[in-house]
Amino acid sequence: MSDTHAARAAHDPAEIDRHVRTYIMVFATLMVLTLVTVAVSYLHLEIHEAVAIALLIATVKASLVALFFMHLVSERQVVLSILALTGFFAVALLLLPVVTNLDHITTADMPVGATAGAHSSESAHH
Amino acid sequence: MSQELIPYITEARPDTGLTNGKIGIWCFLASEVMLFGAFFASYIVLRTTATEWPHGSSILNVPLATVNTIVLITSSVTMVMAWASLMRNDFGKYRMFLGATVLLGFCFLGIKYVEYSAKFEHHLLPSTNNFLAIYFIMTGLHGLHVIGGMITNAYFLVAAPSYWDHDRALLGHRVEYSGLFWHFVDLVWIFLFPILYLL
Repeated sequence: MSDTHAARAAHDPAEIDRHVRTYIMVFATLMVLTLVTVAVSYLHLEIHEAVAIALLIATVKASLVALFFMHLVSERQVVLSILALTGFFAVALLLLPVVTNLDHITTADMPVGATAGAHSSESAHH
Repeated sequence: MSQELIPYITEARPDTGLTNGKIGIWCFLASEVMLFGAFFASYIVLRTTATEWPHGSSILNVPLATVNTIVLITSSVTMVMAWASLMRNDFGKYRMFLGATVLLGFCFLGIKYVEYSAKFEHHLLPSTNNFLAIYFIMTGLHGLHVIGGMITNAYFLVAAPSYWDHDRALLGHRVEYSGLFWHFVDLVWIFLFPILYLL
């Protein structure tokens, strides 16, 4: 891979055809996963299972978009390094609130919001 | 001429192996990850500390959002197809696919408008509760990104003939960057949809 992805591809119609076939397969997979995640939500699973399944499906879908539509599967090391660093800080950012709440979450008598299965639009704002 | 002002816009810079535009868009997207990351973190704080949290489907319209998810994913496919058509030197198909991408953007915003209107009619406002507050903030910020992506895509639709005549390679690169932004907007929605509507 001595040249950029786009520049190489521009001179190779066979490679573009291969790309297009991949795009169509990814498209079909994304559609199926979208329907699966909606179908699972109607099963009204226990909240921890529901969160785990929904986030797993979303992560798979996002990875497909990033790898194939955004061409990360054949991207240069510099971009992957930038994203690895970003990923590290993004995960830290998401874990921060979880860590600060750890004493509450590990305390059994704390009513964690996630257990509220209320089907009303009642305010969570007190 | 512009080559001298801003170097490596169509040729890869030897040390990075990339055009400067490619590095630029990825640095911008990295900052976007952190911007949306802050709101996802806020969502986690609000939800894990709430004594009560409504199921998204009890307030929001899941079928409409499912259609919108399909619309946005389809628009990502038309975006890559526009780029692929450009790589095949098929200008007609490029305009068709990019035009479809912009139209699907309008479609997404139209459905979002219907959803927002229904909420306002029932006096469900950002001030009503924390769930609606984070819902309007996150989908609102995402909607602004959709509008931004549509503006750049529309520009590359309107300005395409002049690019096509003068610098095809440059058009190819810029459409790729515009596409990267558009796919990022799709990627954010892929997470917003389950956390706001399905959980």
